[in-house]
Amino acid sequence: MSQPIHFHAAEDFAVRSRAAAGDPDLRRNFRGAMDFLQAKRRAQFPDAGELNLLRDLGAAIRRHALANLPDLLEQLESRLVANGVVVHWAETPAEANAVVLDIARRSGARRFVKGKSMVSEEVGLNHALEAAGIEALETDMGEYIVQLAGEAPSHIIMPAIHKTRQQIGELFAARLPGVAYTDNVDALIQIGREVLRRKFAEADIGISGVNFAVAETGTLFLVENEGNGRMCTTVPRIHIAITGIEKVVAKLEHVAALNSLLPRSATGQAVETYQNFISGSRKADELDGPDEVHLILLDNGRSQAYADLQLRATLQCIRCGACMNHCPVYARIGGHAYGTTYPGPIGAIISPHMLGLDATYPLAFASTLCGACVEVCPVRIPITDILIRLRNEAQARPGSSDASLRGSGAARTALASAIWRGWAQVYSRLRLYRLTSWFMSRGRALSPIDQGAWTRCRTPLIPAAKRLRDLIRERRP
Amino acid sequence: MSARDNILGRLRRAPAGSSAPLPDLAPWRASRPQMADAAAGIARFRANMEAAHAEVHDVTSDDWPDRLATLAAAKGVHTLLFGADTRHGVQLAARRPTGMQLVPYDRSADLWRDQLFDGIDASITAATSAIADTGGLVLWPDAHETRLMSLVPPIHFVLLDAARIHADLHAAMSAERWATRMPTNVVVISGPSKTADIQQTLAYGAHGPRELIVLLCHASGVQR
Repeated sequence: MSQPIHFHAAEDFAVRSRAAAGDPDLRRNFRGAMDFLQAKRRAQFPDAGELNLLRDLGAAIRRHALANLPDLLEQLESRLVANGVVVHWAETPAEANAVVLDIARRSGARRFVKGKSMVSEEVGLNHALEAAGIEALETDMGEYIVQLAGEAPSHIIMPAIHKTRQQIGELFAARLPGVAYTDNVDALIQIGREVLRRKFAEADIGISGVNFAVAETGTLFLVENEGNGRMCTTVPRIHIAITGIEKVVAKLEHVAALNSLLPRSATGQAVETYQNFISGSRKADELDGPDEVHLILLDNGRSQAYADLQLRATLQCIRCGACMNHCPVYARIGGHAYGTTYPGPIGAIISPHMLGLDATYPLAFASTLCGACVEVCPVRIPITDILIRLRNEAQARPGSSDASLRGSGAARTALASAIWRGWAQVYSRLRLYRLTSWFMSRGRALSPIDQGAWTRCRTPLIPAAKRLRDLIRERRP
Repeated sequence: MSARDNILGRLRRAPAGSSAPLPDLAPWRASRPQMADAAAGIARFRANMEAAHAEVHDVTSDDWPDRLATLAAAKGVHTLLFGADTRHGVQLAARRPTGMQLVPYDRSADLWRDQLFDGIDASITAATSAIADTGGLVLWPDAHETRLMSLVPPIHFVLLDAARIHADLHAAMSAERWATRMPTNVVVISGPSKTADIQQTLAYGAHGPRELIVLLCHASGVQR
């Protein structure tokens, strides 16, 4: 069964990332996968003009949706309710899980099948269901593999990207009764298909995410390649969709534009096998589809990002994963090192709102600010600007106007604060500055040779023998 | 205060920011390559569907039931799920194809889930239209032709009128005014079910149909 995601203390990130960077198998898997995905994406956008026009449009659609977010959510709700869908609102993961458990109890449901949903990972739904004695089976092949291994996804689009086919063959042979080892990918997929097919037929409740929710028509738009998403949303008597409040768009035609960006940016495919538009529960004369459809709208810190006009852009995200596919840090440490549901650049900027900046600020520093993520983002999120903002927030003095997030100021230390206070004194008083700089230059022999992180790959910083003012004085005739 | 009130309250209290007008899709639409004519659209549709591992066969509105029977027999299909109340269902039943049992989808799925999952070799549905640009079949399931017909059987045959191919998804939803009449479910299908979740290696037949076979139906007498 899958593990809940525990965010360990912030300093664990350094330990985990160092371990990941030193694991040659993991490095090879991720490097190979990232090169593959980058090349596939590049091939999908041969025309830079078309790409930029689409990115402008994608950004405009998402900005429009966010600018009108409360109105669009209310419109979405009223359309869905008119279509026979029950809409639930949840402020926290616990509330979202309670909604699902309530539905399960009321209906006597025991067997859940799950389509791919990062929000269900975010709220730890599997763990909550397990605690209530309910089996929740992941049915996306990658998610199924990860669940069978007792792990968490390492990539938001390709959950089992960290595993080789040999590792998966060993896993299937060890965990599935009557299955012999094979590393043939077709055979492995057929094994998964047969196991899960039975589960679809028996399931009481299907869980799914949502790619876009259309306010105009009350439509939940879901994309996938495998068909498990359609199974989960069509076969069981009850379908529960769970999504973040930011996933709404105003118009149905906006979906056409955004989905011209999503699969090409994500996996480098022109289109997914299934583009699924769900606009209601089964009608009286229909012969299949769920009798009950529920939508859970989750906040979980998103409204904190929304309240700040710079950080609001974080919510433009369409979860394609292109930022992580192109991130030099993610490629070297993989998704698990981040310790958060959402890894990579998007994880670094969205997780502080969900978990607090105190628990997540190291992620904002785990970036070279190279800007590769910004260049590929299909909806033009200024990721590096937001990373810098979060670094500043992490150092902000609590109570000051610079500290606006839950956990702001968490990176401050008493020593660093004292040093900066001293620095400010020296640099704002002329005579003190002269005196200090005289002692620094004349006392340069006392400079420490070990200067921590700086000297690990650089020569030590030693003040000049003569200050600028000394040099100028000498030059004067 | 409910969660709903709290969430909407926080969103409404947030600063308004600069105005964001309704996005203008016109420059994007204008930049899209136009289909020269219907034949170009058909060619593009076919190329994209075949690239996605689907089969495309030219048929006419008269001969498609026979072509279907031949193709199905070659694939070892013994049971074919169909919508008996649809026009094409009636046409198919009237031909009484030999060697193959036609199974009407005529009761709620809950009453025969096991047979649906294990006792059906293939299905036939119509597509209401199609998409050339990315290769896609638009299915508009209803009481007569259901959602699971295009998902559960291992082989899915789709009857498509060749005159109903749109340039792209946006063109299809605009021309057919989807926003004014969304049914319970619409699905656009672009090939057989597939996955690349194991080491980025593409494999077909993940959870949905392993084979997708398009019967591209030209009006009688104008088959290309």
